[in-house]
Amino acid sequence: MQQLKLMRIELTRYSIIRSLMLSRWPQFILTSLALTGFLLAILTGWFGTPVGSRNFSIIFVWIAWWAILMLIAVPFFGRGWCSICPIPAPGEWLQRGALLQPNGKGGLSLGKRWPNKFRNIWLQNGAFLLVALFSIIVLTQPRFTAVVLTAFLSIAVATSLIFERRAFCRYLCPVGGFIGLYSQLAPIELRVKDAAICASHKTKDCYNGNLRGYGCPWQVFPGGLTKNTHCGLCMECLRTCTEDNILVQTRPFAQDLILPGGRRLDEAYKAFIMLGSALVYMSVLLGPWGSLKSAAYQIGSAPWFAYVAAFLVFVLAVVPGLFSVAVLIGRRLAGLRYNARRSVINFAYALIPLGLAAWIAFSLSFVFANLTYLAPALSDPFGWGWDLIGAAGVGWSPLFTETVPLMQIAILTIGLFGSISIVRRIAAEGVSKTAALYQSIPISLFCVGATILILTLLIA
Amino acid sequence: MYSTQIPVKIVRSWPWIAIIASILVIAFTPLPLKASQPVARTVRVEARSFEFSPSVIHVEQGQQVTIELIATDVVHGIYVDGYGHEIIANPGQTATLTFIADKSGSFRLRCSVTCGALHPFMIGKLNVGVNLLFYRAIGLSVLAGLAGFMLFRPRNEQ
Repeated sequence: MQQLKLMRIELTRYSIIRSLMLSRWPQFILTSLALTGFLLAILTGWFGTPVGSRNFSIIFVWIAWWAILMLIAVPFFGRGWCSICPIPAPGEWLQRGALLQPNGKGGLSLGKRWPNKFRNIWLQNGAFLLVALFSIIVLTQPRFTAVVLTAFLSIAVATSLIFERRAFCRYLCPVGGFIGLYSQLAPIELRVKDAAICASHKTKDCYNGNLRGYGCPWQVFPGGLTKNTHCGLCMECLRTCTEDNILVQTRPFAQDLILPGGRRLDEAYKAFIMLGSALVYMSVLLGPWGSLKSAAYQIGSAPWFAYVAAFLVFVLAVVPGLFSVAVLIGRRLAGLRYNARRSVINFAYALIPLGLAAWIAFSLSFVFANLTYLAPALSDPFGWGWDLIGAAGVGWSPLFTETVPLMQIAILTIGLFGSISIVRRIAAEGVSKTAALYQSIPISLFCVGATILILTLLIA
Repeated sequence: MYSTQIPVKIVRSWPWIAIIASILVIAFTPLPLKASQPVARTVRVEARSFEFSPSVIHVEQGQQVTIELIATDVVHGIYVDGYGHEIIANPGQTATLTFIADKSGSFRLRCSVTCGALHPFMIGKLNVGVNLLFYRAIGLSVLAGLAGFMLFRPRNEQ
């Protein structure tokens, strides 16, 4: 326990870090830079060369941004990316009628409440699957990447103009859904120092906003915040809190996953969808099966419909089904009889470390293999024969091809270790130690089996 | 004081010592493998958008391997991960790459010339001898699972 305490360092105690978090400028500058890259990606996607490996949109979004997101931002900063994401920025600026500080006048939004029946991540699950079904063409054709990015931007702006706060990020963004899920692993958190102060506070400035900052854009009351899932690390509550009751601190990995409350079916399904999708992507994109790649690519053809059906059945039925069988066997072994559905939901959260590890391992394969396309794409973003930084002629050469498999093994091993550790913790909730032990065994074997399958796809 | 406490800690930690020792053994122990005769092997590989045929090539470790690459539609290439060798074939022509497959394992064959939309994912495999890395990885995973199982025991067990 002493070691766990040592890993908690309150970052907001340090005046430099606190000043950086309170100031709007660092966030604004990073968001503006990201928005510039994002708009350039849209332009190059629409008007640049159709050759993906020579077009800035493909390289910037699916190599550079994806690498930063999956290898650094999500594992270490959770929703840190969301705090500088360019997609909701224009809509948010219009909604607020301000770029930085609140001006007291308000913006253009109708400010409607998001419908209660959609206050979950089912729409995000659906949006992710929709993009995933077309992802082979989106990943490789600049025009389709531009379509997707333009759609994201348009929907985000429209949502901000109709609904209050960041409804797009919280309920629609297909990327935000899995970032939220995996942010529960991150070794950083924003929390209140004393929940009792929040409970007795009259004006709830952190939620309603004041002249120093906006009410929580993520529709979260920080006083009740126990998980990272919906905290966008935007620091508005740090700015608005009148009681100096907000802190940002480091912590051990995966702390949110061992909290017994707040587990939901939509998030559990997100864990299944992400693990299943990673397996499909590894097979289609990194495997040697040309016919599978063609089926995924030829949108509208009979093989594509077969691919779509197989994808959806695997992700929505096979993975959750096999996992549920493992949970039910565990319950039978443990002699437990009540609420099997709740058990499946609870234990699905144990797949989060392994799922993220699978995505990192998958990303390592194609990011390092294609990273050398970055310099030519920066030098000639449209593929029109420019040479802005003198790197247009840099040739392709895959990087770290001998080291990547070792990194993949290391990260998958860590992910499996994390998942089984969480299985043990969840299994121990409210049952005897013997029942917990028996219940853990089949689910742990499921995790080991999934890991071996991933290793087979990546390095066998 | 120390003379009594340290041995007790070591005794309590024996499962961890065993796991760490097993990890080291699995990760680093050289295994005796059957040495193959350096017999030359020629493989004809057809490349078309976006696959190699055959998509998986098996050779023995130590063999001299010659890959004859034939591009059947547009220009294609082969880059062999781990070996760093590359050849490029124009349509209808055969390009030849000869090398000694002295490293065992599974290596991706990647098309090295932009050949169309799915070019970055035009991938084949070269399997050389026994893929020890894969078996070591499975061993490490099982141990990691075991460690995860042991480390986070329920609180009422501790």
